Amino acid sequence: MLLGENIRMAFTSLRANKSRALLTMLGIIIGIASVIAIMTVGNSLTNSLSDTMQSQGASNISVYLTQREPEEDRRENGITFGTLRSQRNPNRSDLIRTEMILDLREEFREEIKAISVQQNIETVTVKAGTSSADLELSGVSNGYFQATTFELLAGTFFAPEDYAAGRPVIVVDEKFVSDLWDISPEDAIGRSFTTQINYSAAELTIVGVYKSAQNAMALLYPSRSTNAYVPLTYSNELTHQDFYGGFDVVASSGVDPNELTGRIRDYLEGYYRSNDFFTVEAFCMASLVESLGQMLGTVTTAISIIAGIALLVGGVGVMNIMLVSITERTREIGTRKALGATNASIRVQFITEAIIICLIGGAIGVILGLLLGALGAKLLGYPADPSLSSILGSLLFSMFIGVFFGYYPANKAARMNPIEALRYE
Amino acid sequence: MTPTMTENDRKNILFLRGIIKRFYIGQPNELQILNGINLDVSEGEFVSIVGASGSGKTTLMNVIGLLDRPTFGKYIIDGVDIDRANDTELSYIRNQKIGFVFQTYNLVPKTNALKNVELPMLYAGVPRRERTERAEALLEMVGMSDRMKHMPEELSGGQKQRVAIARSLANNPAIILADEPTGALDSKTGRVVMDLFHRMNEESGKTILLITHSEELANETQRIVSISDGNITGQRPGSGQRIYHAPVHEHPAGQPILQPEEQPQPVGQPVMQPVGQPQPAGEEAMVCS
Repeated sequence: MLLGENIRMAFTSLRANKSRALLTMLGIIIGIASVIAIMTVGNSLTNSLSDTMQSQGASNISVYLTQREPEEDRRENGITFGTLRSQRNPNRSDLIRTEMILDLREEFREEIKAISVQQNIETVTVKAGTSSADLELSGVSNGYFQATTFELLAGTFFAPEDYAAGRPVIVVDEKFVSDLWDISPEDAIGRSFTTQINYSAAELTIVGVYKSAQNAMALLYPSRSTNAYVPLTYSNELTHQDFYGGFDVVASSGVDPNELTGRIRDYLEGYYRSNDFFTVEAFCMASLVESLGQMLGTVTTAISIIAGIALLVGGVGVMNIMLVSITERTREIGTRKALGATNASIRVQFITEAIIICLIGGAIGVILGLLLGALGAKLLGYPADPSLSSILGSLLFSMFIGVFFGYYPANKAARMNPIEALRYE
Repeated sequence: MTPTMTENDRKNILFLRGIIKRFYIGQPNELQILNGINLDVSEGEFVSIVGASGSGKTTLMNVIGLLDRPTFGKYIIDGVDIDRANDTELSYIRNQKIGFVFQTYNLVPKTNALKNVELPMLYAGVPRRERTERAEALLEMVGMSDRMKHMPEELSGGQKQRVAIARSLANNPAIILADEPTGALDSKTGRVVMDLFHRMNEESGKTILLITHSEELANETQRIVSISDGNITGQRPGSGQRIYHAPVHEHPAGQPILQPEEQPQPVGQPVMQPVGQPQPAGEEAMVCS
């Protein structure tokens, strides 16, 4: 029989029992809505996090000092007395020295685009009249601005001569200038302020103002203080130190960061061959982003499966109501058979009805889920990012539920004995 | 005597030999309802089946209407041996050759009169426009043209039965099976329904099998078959004359809605056996023991 007629009949039957049809759909609506909402939030979270990681340099290679694996104190008699070495702090001679970094740069001239070194100085307070602002001051190499995505609103990063001479110039956050002086980033350029660093007064001149970070980290950890950067050369002077716990390498484009990571590690381990306690480790952020995305994806899928159970329960509800409907309509089924309906056409009629219930429920669920997902993403502070595949998938899945849970009742209807069906009271 | 295909058999639309129907086969409460029914009905005949409750007449109607298969016996309907037909083919025969009229009307609920009449054509795959046109014409014929969009719940018993009759004619079947069609109606509306059956028989040559309790109604048919305890206990000719009643609605002139079967029957000249003469193939069908 014609599909259009079946759909018309399904709607006639649904209209006849509006509230029942709606309640039956509710299970499907809740199931689909929760899957879509979770997928939307999860998708937004994944995209937003990977954007954040990208802005912090996903293709960067982190190099850091690490303690060697502790060895166990194994005596000849086979008794183990625990680990031989415990956690220890690296001393000056263990840390990465500037020469090592310069040597590395020289060795991998082609492969390395920039090296980002950061030396934390301290948090300083800057006062201007009644207002004050905290600065988390660190000295950075020029490569730092390449390793991390910075958007300059005004001014420039350190000029080569400023960097070479270790001049007291500073790059600050837009929030800092607006908090302290309530001025635009442009007006802040060239402005000087005095503060106390390491118990001595210092006058710093603003050369650049960068845009405040808008990422998950900043939203999760809102802070009163902002980051500010002075040339590493100046910072070395202030702290009287030029050795570091680690640094980042920006690979040149076209270089496989994973492969370069291994070569850098091998090169730097040369410096630590005679060091019993420490060595260097290098790892690539790209692999971290990948695994983080995978982990989030797994979590999203897991929650979606739980939501899918709601969908399954909804499907059982559809089956239940279809069975009730078929019992109620036994006489109608008998009549249809007497009028020449084949078993197949009865089956198709009721499966169509189940599919229509599930599809309408699915469509309402998708709309509801998108709204919920958008709301959830907004509450978490991410742009809502609904995935088209999950929408299409949900509609297809609800159709499948209609067929799956509609088949048994429909088949029961199709196999009814017409005489008994006609006699049914 | 083995039945053979004779000139007379060509006009036989129903051919039943030794029809036995058992229920609960193989169980302690096995029950034989029909004990070897032999019955022939020729094309255009108006036959009534009478019998007490539990005599097996409804079971016989179910077998004739292909709603049930006999346990044993040969049944040929309009040239089709039902032993050789599968369920889908039986559905097709029901759809094309048989029109059902039930005591309880059995209109599909929440579906208006027009859609109800369209149903058999729907299963026959008739295109929508044609379906609607024909359903409208049939409803007009039974005098229900002003209630086409009414739901069954909004119709009276007599009106429902008229819709059901229109529906039984939808695919222009050769045979109408009516199971106590007037059983739930008062005598006046029952009369209207009976007149419709007479018209179907006279004007379009439909073969009609009518189950009834009413001796009066049975007498109006051409042949009366009595059933008792699963056996045909007697057959006698009826008057074939209806008690005249003004038609509910005049048939639109020059546009016969009930198309005659392949062999056109002149209107007003029903195929009926002169009273007192043996039925065709009657000698085989008459006696059962």
